[in-house]
Amino acid sequence: MLPILHAIQAEFGHIPKPAITMIARALNLSRAEVHGVVTFYHDFREAPAGRHVLKLCRAEACQSMGSDHLAEHAMERLGTAWHGTTEDGKVTLEPIFCLGLCASAPSAMLDGTLVGRLTKARLDALIDQTEAA
Amino acid sequence: MTVSLKLYVPRDSGALAVGADDVVASLQAAALRRGINIDLVRNGTRGMCWLEPLVECETAEGRVAYGPVEPQHAESLLDHMLAAPGTTHPLYLGLTEEIPFFKRQTRLTFARCGIIDPLSLDDYKRLGGYDGLAKALTLTPAAIVEEVFQSGLRGRGGAGFPTGIKWRTVLQAEADRKYVVCNADEGDSGTFADRMIMEGDPFVVIEGMTISGIAVGATKGYIYIRSEYPQAIEIMRAAIEIARKTNYLGERIQGSEYSFDLDVRVGAGAYVCGEETSLLDSLEGKRGTVRAKPPLPAHKGLFGKPTVINNVISLASVPVIMAEGAAHYRDLGFGRSRGTMPIQLAGNIQHGGLFEIAFGITLGELVDAVGGGTATGRPVRAVQVGGPLGAYFPRELFDTPFDYEAFAARDGLIGHGGIVVFDESVDMMSQARFAMEFCAIESCGKCTPCRIGSTRGTEVIDRIRAGERAEQNLVLLEDLCQTLKLGSLCALGGFTPYPVLSALRHFPEDFGRDPVPVPVAAE
Repeated sequence: MLPILHAIQAEFGHIPKPAITMIARALNLSRAEVHGVVTFYHDFREAPAGRHVLKLCRAEACQSMGSDHLAEHAMERLGTAWHGTTEDGKVTLEPIFCLGLCASAPSAMLDGTLVGRLTKARLDALIDQTEAA
Repeated sequence: MTVSLKLYVPRDSGALAVGADDVVASLQAAALRRGINIDLVRNGTRGMCWLEPLVECETAEGRVAYGPVEPQHAESLLDHMLAAPGTTHPLYLGLTEEIPFFKRQTRLTFARCGIIDPLSLDDYKRLGGYDGLAKALTLTPAAIVEEVFQSGLRGRGGAGFPTGIKWRTVLQAEADRKYVVCNADEGDSGTFADRMIMEGDPFVVIEGMTISGIAVGATKGYIYIRSEYPQAIEIMRAAIEIARKTNYLGERIQGSEYSFDLDVRVGAGAYVCGEETSLLDSLEGKRGTVRAKPPLPAHKGLFGKPTVINNVISLASVPVIMAEGAAHYRDLGFGRSRGTMPIQLAGNIQHGGLFEIAFGITLGELVDAVGGGTATGRPVRAVQVGGPLGAYFPRELFDTPFDYEAFAARDGLIGHGGIVVFDESVDMMSQARFAMEFCAIESCGKCTPCRIGSTRGTEVIDRIRAGERAEQNLVLLEDLCQTLKLGSLCALGGFTPYPVLSALRHFPEDFGRDPVPVPVAAE
């Protein structure tokens, strides 16, 4: 079921409710079972995200290089908490637990792009980029 | 005659995240302006992450390195590459393989990583690739299993279970269908060895899985890669296509009687799916809930069939064991930990990266001599070894040799080989709280102590911080940790107490208790 859900989310940006019924019918499962899978995994969204998704790593290696302060700064600038979207719908802020860039911490991912050795200035530049686009 | 240069700039995520593509673009533009030909290879990483993006240039003496390179260095880099020997450049590092961090290693599993074009099968074979499979094809399945057993290889995912015994169990299981599953759900913070090998030498993973399939009688394999690793997913998929086209996967591999094929499956952001039984449920399209053992996956694994499930590094170590023989691997190491371990130095460390060496090197050597201490220049206060479920060690335990049993004897674990360094600014009570919070976020929910206990754990720590009956709550926290440890099916609930209790034991002053007395040297 995961490949199906990934494909739907790639197309629609989230897993729309009607898709759950369709998947359930196609795989001969109950809607509850499909719903259970969708809600288990952090990647799958039940509602669309903002136009850009900024993921900041919260795991230990990034913490050791000050990621907590960067996260506070991002929340302040964007005016949203984790999992929240800015009022203009441009950016969704997500926590992520490890991008495997632990020797170039702190790290982040803006949409599909990886960023290592994140500083406050680079974070501001990333946020500026989302506001411009 | 046009001047021509052969350059290497990694396409490893670690290099891309610090601007490798921009460096490539500016090198190409600079070369075009000068009318120089560049033969540019996008290799994997050499593992010296602090030097990324690392640009290498082929010379008569060998490959020389420059790093960390930024786009504006392109012109001066080309000047230096074309200049007479003896000229200097601030980023010039000399021969790559003479850099102390690299030279000190024993690279078996990572022998080709960073050297070859990851998607060149010719490069792979030129440096010993598929020698292991060739050897395996001359042996019976039982003999292959015996060779792996004799090498002493233990599961590199963290549990350290002997790979040969796992394979033997699957070989002996009777079934119409068996599977090989590669666990590439590398979620531990501070670890990136799986990612690096998949991005830098994907064929070695395919070869290891193929040998495993032949050994146990499986014809189908899956690599379960976490969604946080888009680059690894792309490279593995491309490598599988190449292997299929060249009959290294598919029917009757290389004219033998064996068939084996494999597919990539992508995770969806659940840390617990790195636990093997949860990963199997996830592969089956279900919630990634942990299964009770027995039955072991070796008896009833994927879709109820006998399944070899191994970590990426375990499988990637098999080709060299087959090619060089079990003794070559077993002769390296320490105690019951045989062979080499790709250790990952991460976090607040000056020289972070991948360091493959025989077991037995001490934690202190790794952090101070190899890693060069913290990146911030402040003293090291604590290191967490083995991911978010690993213990925090203070400097007093830096004499611990890197070995499964030695770490266990000191209430720690080596896990998947990640070391995260923290300087003196760390607050260990916050780290303990994070361990509980992480467990609460990632718990699959099957076991009550893990599902509920983790949340209660963060609350208890918050009360301690607020000074609310601190001493009683500390006792309660210790008791809760015991419940988690004994009442959870898998390592998530079972090992979350490691970071919590080690923080409390070694850094009691951060919890408002008296500091550990400094031991007085015995006369």
